[in-house]
Amino acid sequence: MSDTAVKTKVQQTPQVSGAPKAADALEARLAALDLPRGAFASARGAALTRLRDMGLPGPRDEYWRYTDPRPFNTPEPKPLTVEAALESPLFTGRDKLTLVFVDGVFDAEASDDLSLEGVEIATLAGAGAGHWAADLFGTLETAGQSPVKRPFAALNTAAAQDGLLIRVTGKPSKPVHVLHRRRAADADAMWHHVIRVETGAELTLLESGMVGARSNGVIEVDLAPGAKLHHVAAKRAVDPRVGLSHVFARVAEGATLKSFTLSVNGHHMRNEAVIDMDGDDAVAHVAAAVLGDGDVGPFHHDDTVFITHGAERGESRQVFKKVLKNGATGVFQGKILVKPGAQKTDGYQISQALLLDEASQFLAKPELEIYADDVKCSHGSTTGAIDEDALFYLRSRGVPRERAIVFLVLSFLADALEEVEDESLRDEINERLDAWLTTRPQI
Amino acid sequence: MLKINNLHVKLEEEDKQILKGLSLEVPAGEVHAIMGPNGSGKSTLSYVLSGRDGYEVTDGEATLDGESLLDMEPEERAAAGLFLAFQYPVEIPGVGNMTFLRTAVNAQRKARGEEELSSGEFLKVVRAKAAELQISPEMLKRPVNVGFSGGEKKRNEILQMAMLEPRMCIMDETDSGLDVDAMRLVSEGVNALRSPDRSFLVITHYQRLLNHIQPDVVHIMSNGRIIKSGGPDLALEVEENGYGDLLAEAG
Ligand SMILES: Nc1ncnc2c1ncn2[C@@H]1O[C@H](COP(=O)(O)OP(=O)(O)O)[C@@H](O)[C@H]1O
Ligand SMILES: [Mg+2]
Repeated sequence: MSDTAVKTKVQQTPQVSGAPKAADALEARLAALDLPRGAFASARGAALTRLRDMGLPGPRDEYWRYTDPRPFNTPEPKPLTVEAALESPLFTGRDKLTLVFVDGVFDAEASDDLSLEGVEIATLAGAGAGHWAADLFGTLETAGQSPVKRPFAALNTAAAQDGLLIRVTGKPSKPVHVLHRRRAADADAMWHHVIRVETGAELTLLESGMVGARSNGVIEVDLAPGAKLHHVAAKRAVDPRVGLSHVFARVAEGATLKSFTLSVNGHHMRNEAVIDMDGDDAVAHVAAAVLGDGDVGPFHHDDTVFITHGAERGESRQVFKKVLKNGATGVFQGKILVKPGAQKTDGYQISQALLLDEASQFLAKPELEIYADDVKCSHGSTTGAIDEDALFYLRSRGVPRERAIVFLVLSFLADALEEVEDESLRDEINERLDAWLTTRPQI
Repeated sequence: MLKINNLHVKLEEEDKQILKGLSLEVPAGEVHAIMGPNGSGKSTLSYVLSGRDGYEVTDGEATLDGESLLDMEPEERAAAGLFLAFQYPVEIPGVGNMTFLRTAVNAQRKARGEEELSSGEFLKVVRAKAAELQISPEMLKRPVNVGFSGGEKKRNEILQMAMLEPRMCIMDETDSGLDVDAMRLVSEGVNALRSPDRSFLVITHYQRLLNHIQPDVVHIMSNGRIIKSGGPDLALEVEENGYGDLLAEAG
């Protein structure tokens, strides 16, 4: 089944009945969190007010039409019953600064020293009031609440336990690597990073590892003119965890944001990217490769992207690929909004699913909303099966069927992986994907 | 080597009979050519022999060295020594030519209980064979057939054949779309592979290819059957007079 709506406007479903009940649910959710928390009290207080104003989303909320918000609404997550599988770490064999988070909290003991030339790193839990990030914390999230409400991001700003505050002033010699680990079976991890890349500075941010029963991560990215951020995340879960993430980015003149996420399994996931192309000649690429196997547990994966072109000659690309089997569901909601005056915008969006069986489904809602007349914007969405001609070609050379399917899955994902600029990183991810696909049982 | 007896094949999806009692035998070490008008079922024969889905064998049999081919999976047929050079080689973006070739070679070796080639050994062999076919190292690195010209695709098919060392090679219009130089390269590649225990079934429209690859026997196929077999002269006859007389003769 495929549900494709083109050029539809986001509709707000009026909250008529059940409002008091929803408010109760929110208060119950908040009560479980032991607030207030940590530094930046005024920003956190404002976030709490924002959250109370908008409330938690209900199943009838238009922006949550394809993904049930309830697993994120409950006061406590459902504890995991599966032991964390041992996984050989990614991004090995390269020089990097590794920062470990356990259940969403920074673990200094397990991490590298925070010093790296060209970068200032502090933790949210350890930051004082006069910290440079105090002015930024929560502001991009706030800006991202319009025109669509994102209550879980406000919840995160109000309640995040920890996070990284990274200010990049130069071109550090190695990437910063955030490594997630899980400990408690019922962890409800919430982290919030703030990354400011100053004029002409560059950073590569890697993310890997596994998080706990429920996670809610926010990254606010502020790119000054000519700044660059490469973000490469690889997430794998073999357990029925639920997770949410938001990236809020402001991309100034001539700045570049490139983000790639690999997700393998999980249970109920939603990743949102909200990108504001604020200055002329800004570049933003967001890409994801997703593998979902319903056999491991019910699989539902939602990528929701909102890119706003507010200046001239911006270039944006969205490349989303999902491989789904055994009743897995993939969702893509992607929007390109071109504001009046954002001439010469070049916006591209593709979302594709490869269904390995008929029980799986992909729901896509690509949207373009354009208020400038001299722009180039395109989008496409496809749902398909394994190409039988290619499968036969490979098998006729003696490649066993299973292996041939791995080749074709990698082939399908190749466009998304192309978005990883660093060739050695791309190769490593490809090799790991290959190994995951070959060894199963997790797809 | 290859024995086809009274083969009847219809399409799985529709009630259309394509092969209508085709019989053919290619002994070890021989090169047989099949010529015939468009639509006579030549490609279908090559697909059915190599195990493509979508066809139903309603009667007859096909064996390779006495083993029934028709019950095997495509990869098993390949491991048994069958190879089809495709009329239209398939493009596979995102999968490197080398990775694909090495996987294929080693999968076949494994299926036959032979030791797999190390990447060093493989590289050495593939580079040498590619050079003979004037396939550049850059082409080897590219995704399978992506961005290859028609002639490059056909040369790539022959490279795969040379690497896989099959005992029974079927070539479906490998000469179509080749210029004179590419034709010479492909023919030299094929001739280098000729040996007493390797056989070829060369499907072609043109006698031209058979000047380079000398056949032992030429078969004329029409409407799902072999209507005439003979020596290399038969190809010359077709070249001169077309299929008209032969078809009339066969009724
Ligand atoms: N998958 C198919 N669907 C419909 N018709 C087919 C299919 N495959 C082959 N045919 C038909 O079968 C006949 C033989 O085709 P083919 O084997 O390609 O002939 P040749 O290679 O000799 O030109 C043609 O009439 C062709 O249209
Ligand atoms: Mg043909």
